[in-house]
Amino acid sequence: MAVAVGRQSNEELRNLSLSGHVGFDSLPDQLVNKSTSQGFCFNILCVGETGIGKSTLMDTLFNTKFESDPATHNEPGVRLKARSYELQESNVRLKLTIVDTVGFGDQINKDDSYKPIVEYIDAQFEAYLQEELKIKRSLFNYHDTRIHACLYFIAPTGHSLKSLDLVTMKKLDSKVNIIPIIAKADTIAKNELHKFKSKIMSELVSNGVQIYQFPTDEETVAEINATMSVHLPFAVVGSTEEVKIGNKMAKARQYPWGVVQVENENHCDFVKLREMLIRVNMEDLREQTHTRHYELYRRCKLEEMGFKDTDPDSKPFSLQETYEAKRNEFLGELQKKEEEMRQMFVMRVKEKEAELKEAEKELHEKFDLLKRTHQEEKKKVEDKKKELEEEVNNFQKKKAAAQLLQSQAQQSGAQQTKKDKDKKNASFT
Amino acid sequence: MDPLRRSPSPCSSSSRPPSPRTPPPCEAQGYVGIEAVLDQVKIKAMKMGFEFNIMVVGQSGLGKSTMVNTLFRSKMWRSSLPSLGVPTLQTLQLQSMTHVIEEKGVRLKLTVTDTPGFGDQINNDKCWDPILGYIKEQYERYLQEEILITRQRHIPDTRVHCCIYFVPPTGHCLRPLDIEFLQRLCRMVNVVPVIARADSLTIEEREAFRLRIQKDLRTHCIEVYPQKCFDEDINDRLLNSKIRERIPFAVVGADREHLVNGRCVLGRKTKWGVIEAPTSRT
Repeated sequence: MAVAVGRQSNEELRNLSLSGHVGFDSLPDQLVNKSTSQGFCFNILCVGETGIGKSTLMDTLFNTKFESDPATHNEPGVRLKARSYELQESNVRLKLTIVDTVGFGDQINKDDSYKPIVEYIDAQFEAYLQEELKIKRSLFNYHDTRIHACLYFIAPTGHSLKSLDLVTMKKLDSKVNIIPIIAKADTIAKNELHKFKSKIMSELVSNGVQIYQFPTDEETVAEINATMSVHLPFAVVGSTEEVKIGNKMAKARQYPWGVVQVENENHCDFVKLREMLIRVNMEDLREQTHTRHYELYRRCKLEEMGFKDTDPDSKPFSLQETYEAKRNEFLGELQKKEEEMRQMFVMRVKEKEAELKEAEKELHEKFDLLKRTHQEEKKKVEDKKKELEEEVNNFQKKKAAAQLLQSQAQQSGAQQTKKDKDKKNASFT
Repeated sequence: MDPLRRSPSPCSSSSRPPSPRTPPPCEAQGYVGIEAVLDQVKIKAMKMGFEFNIMVVGQSGLGKSTMVNTLFRSKMWRSSLPSLGVPTLQTLQLQSMTHVIEEKGVRLKLTVTDTPGFGDQINNDKCWDPILGYIKEQYERYLQEEILITRQRHIPDTRVHCCIYFVPPTGHCLRPLDIEFLQRLCRMVNVVPVIARADSLTIEEREAFRLRIQKDLRTHCIEVYPQKCFDEDINDRLLNSKIRERIPFAVVGADREHLVNGRCVLGRKTKWGVIEAPTSRT
């Protein structure tokens, strides 16, 4: 049956004017309600040396004490530690995951420092890709672990970026949104800070590192984003201790020479960072991760696996066909492997059988040999026994004969004596 | 690499034991500004605009086009009166029209698909096939876009979001054609059955008809929107059960304005009164 669908061409989308209130202006609210009930996911990766203040800054940013023990400097390699927390503010639930790089910058040989980080990020993308490619998938309640923002902590040397920083950032810039920040900014004087910031930005630009650009296409946030971008990288100070300033308590660091207030814009850029990261651009960070970084990863991964969108004749390749072809290939390989294994198995069995037969033969021979020796011995023993018996017989015979002789001799002797006696007697008479 | 470890954050003064799965929600001790993300989501959604695709199914003359015009308060469709002598369409042809309507800054790209000729022939066997085929085709199109290697940033959504099925107001029960169609469709798309031209039934007849239809739907295991299996939490269930009591909605469509008591209202004018469309009880 023919299905003819008459459609108006897309270019002439008619704009209709409504003559009354329909009510679909509540659509954004419906969307917001749905998102609220589902909750949001936000994952931050903190990259920086041990002791540079990553955990403190996270505590300060989210106004909570995330429990963590400070790391030692003796780590053999860089490893990533991820912790999940659920924060709630009014009716918004946020599943926050903070990933820490433990041991970054501590080794003597830092060549491979960036590798665990890149692997972790890729692993999260891979997990999402696997979920997306599943046949029976549940993306809407999938706990998204992809890193949405990477805070790169720059040590406050006052000179320039370290080569480790440049290398790591270069490796990460195509995988995650990088926001560079200067940590422990209270150790840099004001005039130095300005020079430091411009040096860092020029180094990033000259090395082609693409850091996260705050979006300026939306009118509501364009202005604030533009003004904030000028202050990149943000020089932050973190503190969870409260100091009495004036007549209220504020988060600050107390030094013998003064107090550095965390939320004072003159003292540091903490407020700017919080604005940019959470209050203004959280959703944009999530979207960038999904539409740029994740899509790039997905494209590379699928192309690596051999899928293409168009075959050499530029006809659209259906993923299904490629899938089928790959699957058949894979199955064929499996079968070949199975055959090989079977052959090997048969060969081994034959060898083992031959060996066993050899051993059996040997055993038989040994047994025969033993039997023969045994028999020979037995014969020998019997021979000897016979000899012995003969000897015994002979002896007995000799003994009997000797006894007979003796008795005879005795008798004849007795007779003789008797005869003698008789003779004597006779002679006497 | 350390697996994702979940640990609870101690909040205020109470400490909670570590739970293996989701940690308990914790109130931040000061204002962080997380709820600003809601506004961000809203702004993004409004910038992107929304898409909504409706399909109206029903026999001719039930008031589908008028209904659509009333729903969206605009002349979307010109209701076509079949002229005598013109043979009815042999094959079911779906017609789509796309409009962009805006209200209070919210842009909605509305696509209405009409199905003229549904159930109009003498032999209506398999008349639902073109419709099912169309719905499947939209799903297929979306899937093809989704599994491309280089995907578009925003895949255009032409999938049918809602199908309004017009039940003729016989007053008895669902016809076999209705049952067949609803059974097949409810598995693929959200179906909302409505009693068309409800002004031809009195209120008692309407209620009786409604109950009979509900019974029929239950006997034939037809799950209409809102589906029970998608109820997410207790609030949803309460709201949806209230809605389910009123299904199918009895509607009256009207796009002409009349003067009633000095007010200009949308309604149908009959010898015995004017039925107002916006205030007609469903």
